[in-house]
Amino acid sequence: MKARIHITLKEGVLDPQGKAIQLALGDLGFGGVDDVRQGKYIEVDLAETDASKAKDALDDMCKKLLSNTVIENYTIDLDE
Amino acid sequence: MKSAVIVFPGSNCDRDIQVALRDITGVEPTMVWHGDSDFEKVDLIALPGGFSYGDYLRSGAMAPTSPVMKEVVKRAKDGVATLGICNGFQVLTEAGLLPGALMRNAGLKFICKDVKLRVDNSTSIFTNQYEQGEVINIPVAHHDGNYFCDEDTLETLECNSRIAFRYCDETGDASHEANINGSLNNIAGILNSKGNVLGLMPHPERLIDPVQGGTDGRKMFESILGALTNA
Repeated sequence: MKARIHITLKEGVLDPQGKAIQLALGDLGFGGVDDVRQGKYIEVDLAETDASKAKDALDDMCKKLLSNTVIENYTIDLDE
Repeated sequence: MKSAVIVFPGSNCDRDIQVALRDITGVEPTMVWHGDSDFEKVDLIALPGGFSYGDYLRSGAMAPTSPVMKEVVKRAKDGVATLGICNGFQVLTEAGLLPGALMRNAGLKFICKDVKLRVDNSTSIFTNQYEQGEVINIPVAHHDGNYFCDEDTLETLECNSRIAFRYCDETGDASHEANINGSLNNIAGILNSKGNVLGLMPHPERLIDPVQGGTDGRKMFESILGALTNA
């Protein structure tokens, strides 16, 4: 079972890298880019076949290691 | 006073703090490899600067999963004095021993220079040899030193004198201009609620001998020595 995890900075947390990317896009001539937020994408392959158990395990993984919940949010998409 | 320096793959200030502790306490610190799950009883645990585990995932994020950190967390919670410098501070936040997180510097650049710090808590075991409000000169060398926490945590830190050091100018003003990395309220170092854990981004261990260009970092180790020897 494959999981796709997106980790993004929480709203209100300053993202200087996103801001730099936004400015660079402007320098390249891409107009109208109002905001850019940078995050992480992680793929996890699981031996678990029960979707509910897999989601619980992934949730725990995100809380304990994959994200820092002080500054980040995460979403888990499971290919069932 | 006995001390231990925890060494992770990618630590690069472990030898600096080893020298500082040896010089100031007169006792050779124990160097503890990250894979060791136990080490001798010590009065101080030091987490050095560097790039533990290559800063993979987030700075300091991988270290708490190492065998040695499970023991460090246990001892720190039991009250053993624990000092985290630079990457050590990042590890302490990721391990849950200190609140908040260290994010990418607001200016996006790696900052390597001497900065002014104001001592905002001169009563802790780590800072008692400094004067309250004293302005000291300490080097920084980091990419991820931008301290962030939620509003409630910040208020708790402020109200309980848990902000040990702030970035400031030469007069001691913790101004916006003196805030080198975008940290909330110019925070450079914080204490835990019990006062036995300190994390800071600047490197006091790099200024303990006149040959290094100054000795402003020395008082931190003298504070620890005094507090833990008399304890």
